[in-house]
Amino acid sequence: MSVALWVGVAVLGGLGALARFGLDGAVSRRVKGAFPAGTLAVNLTGALALGALAGADVDGDARLLAGTALLGAYTTFSTWMLETHRLGEDGRRLAMAANVVVSVGLGLAAVAIGRALA
Amino acid sequence: MRRPQHDPRELAAIFAGGALGALARTALSEAIPHRAGAWPWATFAVNIAGAALLAWVVTLLNERLPPSRYRRPLLGTGLCGALTTFSTLQLELLSLLDDGHVALAAGYVLASLAAGLGVVWLVTGLVRRGGIA
Repeated sequence: MSVALWVGVAVLGGLGALARFGLDGAVSRRVKGAFPAGTLAVNLTGALALGALAGADVDGDARLLAGTALLGAYTTFSTWMLETHRLGEDGRRLAMAANVVVSVGLGLAAVAIGRALA
Repeated sequence: MRRPQHDPRELAAIFAGGALGALARTALSEAIPHRAGAWPWATFAVNIAGAALLAWVVTLLNERLPPSRYRRPLLGTGLCGALTTFSTLQLELLSLLDDGHVALAAGYVLASLAAGLGVVWLVTGLVRRGGIA
């Protein structure tokens, strides 16, 4: 990989993290309650976009930059797991289970839809 | 609804953490390329490591250390968020299902969830007991 490509990965990774912070905040302010809707919104939109990249057969450096760096940084597994764990600790078993099942189910659907649309 | 004002340094911390996380994840995914029909080790490794790191950062900063403005944006939102990925996990799952590797897909998603929640539970408990810093 060239230096320019690594620089691109770093910049797009930083922008992906900022975009996640922005959308998570905007959704969380509007959706009341304990369910982590902000993270779900980020992860589903990111899954949809990655599905579209796969469907459009974007590969090579463009795929690395848009898929691995930008969408990889935009979506998150760690926050999803932390929020799921904390829901369980708070005794919100239903929300905990829903956060797992809905994320996986709709996540798969989002990738499939993105791929079909592209 | 009023838009919250963001401290530019907080945004810079998120950007820097995100850049580092993306570099680390890209390096690992280049070092361990994913083959179709095989267990996605690179994604699995960053996701579980990132979940453990996030549980450590958040529990330590929220419950044990004095308030800090930039550590959580840098290490939590930026680094751990960017290091781990949901979109690639879902695309890998769909690809495995497409190719008929149903058992592998089921094993991959269940192992990711069990290990992800397991390390968060373990690290959170250790930090609260003063076991890790």
